[in-house]
Amino acid sequence: MENIKHIFKKEFKNYFVTPIAYIVISLFLLVIGWLFFSTFFLNSQASMMRFFSLLPITFSFIVPAITMRLFSEELNIGTYEILLTLPVKFRDIILGKFFAAVSFIAIMLLPTLIYAVSISFVGELDWGPVIGGYTGAILLGAAFSAIGIFASSLTKNQVIAFITGMTICFSLTLLTDFLLYFIPNTLIGFFQYFSANFHFQNISKGLIDSRDILYFITVSFIALYAANLVMKEKK
Amino acid sequence: MIQFIELSKNYGDVKALKNVSFEVKKGEILGLLGPNGAGKTTTYRILTGYLKPTSGTIKVKDYDVNEDIFEIKKMIGYLPESAPIYKDMLVYDYLNYIADIRKVSSSRKLSHIKELADICRLNNVMHKTIDELSKGYRQRVGIAHALMGDPDILVLDEPTSGLDPNQIVETREIIRRIGKEKTIIFSTHILSEAEATCDRVVIMDEGEIKADDTIENLKKSTNEDKFENIFRKITRGS
Repeated sequence: MENIKHIFKKEFKNYFVTPIAYIVISLFLLVIGWLFFSTFFLNSQASMMRFFSLLPITFSFIVPAITMRLFSEELNIGTYEILLTLPVKFRDIILGKFFAAVSFIAIMLLPTLIYAVSISFVGELDWGPVIGGYTGAILLGAAFSAIGIFASSLTKNQVIAFITGMTICFSLTLLTDFLLYFIPNTLIGFFQYFSANFHFQNISKGLIDSRDILYFITVSFIALYAANLVMKEKK
Repeated sequence: MIQFIELSKNYGDVKALKNVSFEVKKGEILGLLGPNGAGKTTTYRILTGYLKPTSGTIKVKDYDVNEDIFEIKKMIGYLPESAPIYKDMLVYDYLNYIADIRKVSSSRKLSHIKELADICRLNNVMHKTIDELSKGYRQRVGIAHALMGDPDILVLDEPTSGLDPNQIVETREIIRRIGKEKTIIFSTHILSEAEATCDRVVIMDEGEIKADDTIENLKKSTNEDKFENIFRKITRGS
């Protein structure tokens, strides 16, 4: 258990000693800030709704960029051998890296609180959906991190890890939008339960439902478990 | 201390190890020698838990690699070939991280890191990133990494490869010094080095053991004066 903490500390610190962290955070703030505020004043509504509705699609490519190096780099430069011959359990390695990625996402979201604060000066901001939205954003970030870590465990090439992770995240986000064209309407209701976007939008409306939380926890668990299987299989 | 029992490893169709059996006694410095591709690194990787054997097993004390690998990992300090280490980390941070994972108590940690920095002569580079270090220093960080937490057994895969003659002598000194208290398995392509440091050698080729004896005995039994000739005879015979 204690080793989760050590791995976490190392990985989290490592994000900030390389320029990648700052590049990713800047890119995220730039993209989301522009997409959000370019239409914000047209609606003349003091709400963060649109900001949150943009998150699943933005996270689909930002989060895999955050997680791509977690295993791929180790596999590539050979430190994976050191990691696996130290007395650390696979579970601890994976969870340490996972929590580091999730914490990084939380740090990345922190500056966007300024949006909420500034909007609350302009109009009457309902804080319920904002709190729900940020809770959802962390859950969404966690699920996508787990997927990204799984993708990273598959290959020593970071680009491949990134594209694999992004493809899975995009598919989960756009699932219902895609299927809309291919399957009868009655089935959409069933398939939307697999969509990350569907569950996230529920939370970001301020409705914190155990089903939506369970969805993100399940996705995280499945992806991390898959990464664990990949590590075992590599022996 | 360590028993290799009918150890075999296949990578697909390639048989990297074929029924390898030998033993390492407590306190011994054993040289595992052989040409490239002989199966030395595979042997190390199974011993350290990086790979699983296809068949056979290794026993360390009473633990079996197939069942209690976690306990075995605690006892072994391992330096993989060419010492892969996180490039972005400071030497101190790296050693500190390994100390944490090896569960070195916080009261002892600092003095232990200092002690290892002395042994491996790392004092001047503790605040540099590993990326900045020369090959020789990187190798020494790798040795310090292997020594962290005082493991009973050291496994060093070509600790002197790629070093200049001065660094080779220094590294050899380090191995000799720590070898007084620990069980060491190491490999090298420099045969004079093996002659100078090893209590016993195991010579491998093509995944099999070709010889397992002290160098003196090998010289006697083959009527050869030079260890180099013995090595070539043994490994080119097949």
